Amino acid sequence: MSDRDLSHQFEDLQQQSESADMGMWVFLVTEVLFFGGLFLAYAVYRTLYPGAFEAGSRLMDIPLGALNTAVLLTSSLTMVLAVHAAEEGHKKPLVRYLILTMILGVVFLGIKGFEYHHKFVEHLIPGPGFEMDSVHRQHAQIFFSLYFTMTGLHALHMIIGLGVMTVIAILAARGRFSRTYSNPVRIAGLYWHFVDVVWIFLFPLLYLVGTR
Amino acid sequence: MKRIWQIYVALMVLLVATVGVAYVHLGPLNVPIALAIAFTKAILVILFFMHVKASSKLIWIFAAIGFLFFGYMVGGTLMDYHTRGQPYRLPR
Repeated sequence: MSDRDLSHQFEDLQQQSESADMGMWVFLVTEVLFFGGLFLAYAVYRTLYPGAFEAGSRLMDIPLGALNTAVLLTSSLTMVLAVHAAEEGHKKPLVRYLILTMILGVVFLGIKGFEYHHKFVEHLIPGPGFEMDSVHRQHAQIFFSLYFTMTGLHALHMIIGLGVMTVIAILAARGRFSRTYSNPVRIAGLYWHFVDVVWIFLFPLLYLVGTR
Repeated sequence: MKRIWQIYVALMVLLVATVGVAYVHLGPLNVPIALAIAFTKAILVILFFMHVKASSKLIWIFAAIGFLFFGYMVGGTLMDYHTRGQPYRLPR
């Protein structure tokens, strides 16, 4: 079992694991800069139009946003438990926690979709149909553009994450992972946690700007 | 394993704190506090959920570099915007 799990270019399993982690981290660094560009745009425009950002943020649904944050934090917990189960070679808990993580991911997207629909109904989607009863009406569109772009990109990452988790879950159910081979589960977890970290910053910056 | 549950509870407490502080008027302090809480949550997830704390220095370096360069990007750009003169200041 050990020998089959070790690819020939590595000296031992430990080096193989570390290489997998490093590879995923290199990718995550590119993702930090990817989202980072949007966070930078947010920083610049909030500096230029603080009133508009406050006005826009006041129209966000804090309870839903907080609930979504809790959902994602919990999904990170279940992901850690899944990785732990994989490293212990316990197949059933591994599959169970992976499925739980995915369910929470779907719940998150569902709540997000509900929020988007609400924004549409309230005429808060930037563009010709935008309506807002505020002196900051014009520049608030910048806030909402950033809201939709940032959470949209984040949601796209969630969907990709769900795709990855589906593959991992299927492989896990087939008994592909063991004590000696759990790299894919762990690095998929790294990706999932990263998407969670992005949301950890998105929530206060988008939902909690204008103090109530 | 017990540590993981403790971290989870800490994250939830910090979430409640973030929302709570948003309802308290602290003026210019609100932004730094919200960011500080977010940073703390992110650090907890990165160190413990992503196991960076238990990982080799090589992983530490890669993780740190990502955020370091993000810092350069934001720092350098804001440094530019904040030192622009009169024509770029817009009425609040």
